[in-house]
Parts: sequence; C-alpha cells; structure tokens
Amino acid sequence: MTLEEMKEYEFLDDDFKFAHNENEHLIDRSYSSTSYLKDVLANFMKNKGAIFGVVVVVLIIILAIIGPYLNDHTYKSILIEQASLPPRVPLLEKLGVFDGIRNGVNLYVERGFSDLYYWFGSDTQGRDIFTRVWEGTRVSLIIAFTAVIIDIMIGMVYGLISGYFGGKIDIFMQRFAEILNGIPQLVIVTLLGLVLPPGIVSIIFALMITGWIGMSRISRAQVLKLKEHEYILASKTLGARDFAIIFKDILPNIFGQIIIMSMFSIPNAIFMEAYLSFVGLGVPAPLASLGSLINEGYKSITVMPHIITSSIVVLALLMLSFNLFADGLRDAFDPKMKQV
Amino acid sequence: MGKYVLKRIAISLLTLLAILFILFLMLEYMPGSPFNDEKLTEAQKILLYAKYGLDQPFFIKFFNYVSKMITGDFGVSYTINMNFAVGDMIASRLPITIKLGLQAITLGSLIGLLLGIVAAIKHNTWIDTITVMISTLGVSVPSYVFALGLAYFVGYKLGWFPILYNMSKAFESSVLPTLALSVFTIANVARFTRSEMIDVLGSDYIRLVQSKGVKEWKLILRHALRNALIPIVTVIGPLMVGLLTGSMVVEKIFAIPGIGSLMVNAIQMNDYNVVIAIAFVYSSLYIFTMLIVDILYGIIDPRIRIAKGGS
Repeated sequence: MTLEEMKEYEFLDDDFKFAHNENEHLIDRSYSSTSYLKDVLANFMKNKGAIFGVVVVVLIIILAIIGPYLNDHTYKSILIEQASLPPRVPLLEKLGVFDGIRNGVNLYVERGFSDLYYWFGSDTQGRDIFTRVWEGTRVSLIIAFTAVIIDIMIGMVYGLISGYFGGKIDIFMQRFAEILNGIPQLVIVTLLGLVLPPGIVSIIFALMITGWIGMSRISRAQVLKLKEHEYILASKTLGARDFAIIFKDILPNIFGQIIIMSMFSIPNAIFMEAYLSFVGLGVPAPLASLGSLINEGYKSITVMPHIITSSIVVLALLMLSFNLFADGLRDAFDPKMKQV
Repeated sequence: MGKYVLKRIAISLLTLLAILFILFLMLEYMPGSPFNDEKLTEAQKILLYAKYGLDQPFFIKFFNYVSKMITGDFGVSYTINMNFAVGDMIASRLPITIKLGLQAITLGSLIGLLLGIVAAIKHNTWIDTITVMISTLGVSVPSYVFALGLAYFVGYKLGWFPILYNMSKAFESSVLPTLALSVFTIANVARFTRSEMIDVLGSDYIRLVQSKGVKEWKLILRHALRNALIPIVTVIGPLMVGLLTGSMVVEKIFAIPGIGSLMVNAIQMNDYNVVIAIAFVYSSLYIFTMLIVDILYGIIDPRIRIAKGGS
C-alpha cells in the first residue's frame, strides 16, 4: 500500500478486534499505611540475632533482679567448711551434670552435706556462686546503665549546643572534645579509679568522664543536619527562642540515634567496669561485680574452674546479646547505617 | 595537605600536654607529702621543699614536670622495685609488650582480611553467616575471656603451649597471648572488610572489569580490595585501644613481663610513679598511632585530604 492509498483508505468495522482480555482484571492492591514505629518493629523482628539478643538481655536482667533471692544463701555469708564445692542441682544431678562430682568424688557426700545444693557451686570462702553471680550482674548493670544515662545527658547537651550555635563556640567545644578524646579511656578510668575512694559511685564517675564524647558527636552531627531544615526556619520566624528550638524541635528528632548509640555504650561500660574490677580497682568486697568475680575465680582456674565459669559465661552472654540487640536496633531504625 | 597535617600534629601535642597536666594535678593533690619523716622540723622541711623546687609557683612546677617527663625521667619506684628508676623498668619491659601487640595486630589483620574477603565473595551463603557470627562474637566478648579460655583448654587441658610466660621459650609462650589478643582485631577487620568488599563488588566499575574478562583473583586483589582497604585503615586506631586494654589483662593472665602486667601490679601496690609513667607511655603510644592513622588516611584518600585541608 502506498502512502496515497493509505490516506484514502476507509476503515472497516472488522479491521480491529478486541484483545482477549475479558478474564484479566486490574487489581488495585492497597496497603494500609504503616507508622514509622511499626516499620521499625517489623524490621527488627526479622533479625534473628537481635531477637536472641533481646531475649537473653531480658532474661539476664530478670535473673539479676530475682536471682539473689532464689535460694537461701546470701552473697556475703562465709561458711569455710562449705568452701569450694562444685555445682550441684537437684534433678539435673541424676543426668550426670551438675552432680557435685569433682575428679570422680562427690564432695557433698564426702563432706557430709548430702542435702546441700549449690547450683553454681561455692567459692573458696564458702559463698554461694549462684547468688554472687546475679548480685554481681546486678551491680554491673546498675553501673553500666547509670553511667550511660549520665553520658547521654552530658553528651546530648554538649553536642546540641555545639552543633546548633556553630561558629566559634563550636570550634572551641570541638577542639576540647578532640583533645579529651585523644586520651585513652583506659588511662583516665585507671587514674580516677586510683584516686577516688573505691565504690560504685567512683566507678560510675570514672566511666562518665570519658563516655559522653561519642554521644556528643552523634548529637552534633544530627543537629548540623537538622538545623538547615525548613521547619526550624519556620520555628525561628515565628519567634521561638534557641532553647525551645533545641529542646522541642531538634531533640525529639535525634532521640532514635541516641538510643542506638547508648545501646552500644552499655556493653562498653560493662566491659570497662569488668576491667577495673579485674585490675583491683572495682567494688570493695564483699560486694561483687562480674569483673571482681572473674578476678577472684581466675586464681584457681586450673584447680576449680567452676568458680569462674558462671561469671565468665554471664559476662560474655551479656556483652554479646547487648551488641546483637544494638546491631538489630540500628539496622531497623536506619537501614542506610548498616555498615560497621 | 600540609595544613591538615600541621593541624593534626598541633592537636596531638595539645592532647599530650593535657595528659601531662592531668597527671601533674594527680600528683599535686594526692594526699600526703614526699617528706613525711617525723624527725624533720618545719625549718628542715622548708629547706627540702626549696631544694627540690616544690615551693615554686604552680606553673613553674608544671613546666619542670613536663620537661622531666618528656626526657623519660619518671622518678623512682616506691613499692615494686624500691628506689629503682621507673624509666629503666619500663624500657626493659616495653619491647615485650610492643612485640606482642605487633604480632597480634599482624595476625589479626591477615586473618580478618581473609575472612572478610571470603565472606564478601560468598555473600549470603553459610560461609558468610559463620564469618558474621565469628566477628560479632569477637567484637563483643572481651579478650580476657578468650585468654582465660585458651589458657584453660589449650594451655592446661591439652598442654600444647605454656600457660605462664617462659623467657627461654619466648615464642611458644607468646602463642596463646597473641591469639587471645588478636581475636578482637580479627573480628573488627573481618567485619569492616566484609561490608566494604560487598559495597565495592556491587559497584559499576567492578562490573566493567568483569566484562573485560579479568581473572577473578586479579579482580579481587587489584581492583576491589584496593578500594575497600581505604576505610579499613580507620579501624586501626580503635583497634590499638583494644590492644592496650587487652594487653594489660592478658599479660596479667599469662604472667608476661611487659608493661601491661607492670601496670596492674603498680595499681595493686599503689606505686604511683609507675602508674603515672605507664599511663604517660600508653597515652603517647596511642596519640602517636592515631596521628599516623589520620595522616595515612589523608594520603590514601584524596577526598579527605581536600575536604579537611580546605576547612
């Protein structure tokens, strides 16, 4: 057909046919809109490691609260005649584990304590390790949580002020933080531990002195990002004061980041406390913390490994699950940050 | 670039000064006086203070202190080695600690790199999962847990390596502590390498190289790893801190005569001069490493060099 013919062609009725699409339906799928928090929760639930972390953390916290009251022993009663007994648990002993037997001898029967049960064994002074481990976990957790909460407060305010005002204030504050950050945390914590009287408060103070820097960095970076947004400009135009903008407009928006950061700080604080106790700057006896228990136990590790095992396992599990939990939280809140 | 390096050096020096100031304050306001002999009269004490320059104004005393510390004159030990120069004690022990640290970081980086690369190539397979598990475990569990575990199972139960450090068998004795210390490095390096390699392997230029038919090992070593290595340099700083903390406890556990175990002993025996000297040495090492890492980072990555130097 030439072009001329085409121009003159008259279309007939049967030139075009309908495609067979009677059976096809266009379905308009509509999803209910999910809120941010629901999204985060859904992302979090997909992460098996994070779930494991949460479950273990919650379990350990519960045990740290009720553990010391689960049997009749107390964390400081010294019974020399019952010293260094291996772990023994009713029922489980019939299965051949936790049966109070060391080197083929049931020490409970031998020493005439057939009715006595030390679930995790007893230490070299005859104190119940089960009670002491949970008492120690409690002390470690209290120290870590308090230190981190104080860190958040100081770091957040520091970062907010530094980032929001900028200019000379920012330069000065950042140089100060940079110099402080250049000193290894270990050195400051050790020196403070040495100078301050031994006790929980001193340890918290030592951890607090250096811990806030990381927190201040996060909040400063967030403020720098947020303060260019239109809603801040709007707030300013409407005459809001700096104080109100910082705490009402900016703070709620950086809270997620800070929570994530604090979840990473908690295991670090637990570790630092354990380190301090291990080198002998920890909580004074008869108080226990995970670090001081490890310090006590490691001296007899080859002869009586049961003394150290439980505290080491709890410490390792606690740190691992906090890290898993924090990882999961970070990935759920902000998948873009999934890096380190 | 020159400006950036100068700025970093200035900040490092300031930090060092800040540490010295803290250490000085500690000594100054520690209860007690160096001359607590009851037989001394007030007049004699004043003479002694004048002789040792303790009656001078605060800043002059501080200046004297700084010049002493940076020349390595740390005073004498009180309790560990009576009247023995602390500088000499540290000088004889420092090489052992540094050697151990270098061994751990070399071994750790190599294994970590290898694990990270393999995990990235086999992304989303069981090899990847296991690597992620190992690195999470290594990052979160403190090195002394591994040290105690190795000492008990490999050292005591199997008896393969000595538990306590033995000068005549220095290498065998350093195997377990090196392993214990390197776990943290392995975990961190593996983690970083993996995520960087996954990023790089998914980028366009790698696809181009692939389509040109370059062999796989060459692609990974030459094209991918080189770019992935840049951010990995940054982890070295934090890793050094981990090694410092780790070495104190690990040295104590394996009874290694390095400065870590000396520090723990000094803390337990209240030997302030030793503690302060080692704190100073630790801080200097740390600051120096961070400086090197920052400058290295600037050299390797031109983006940092330009952005930071310009500001």
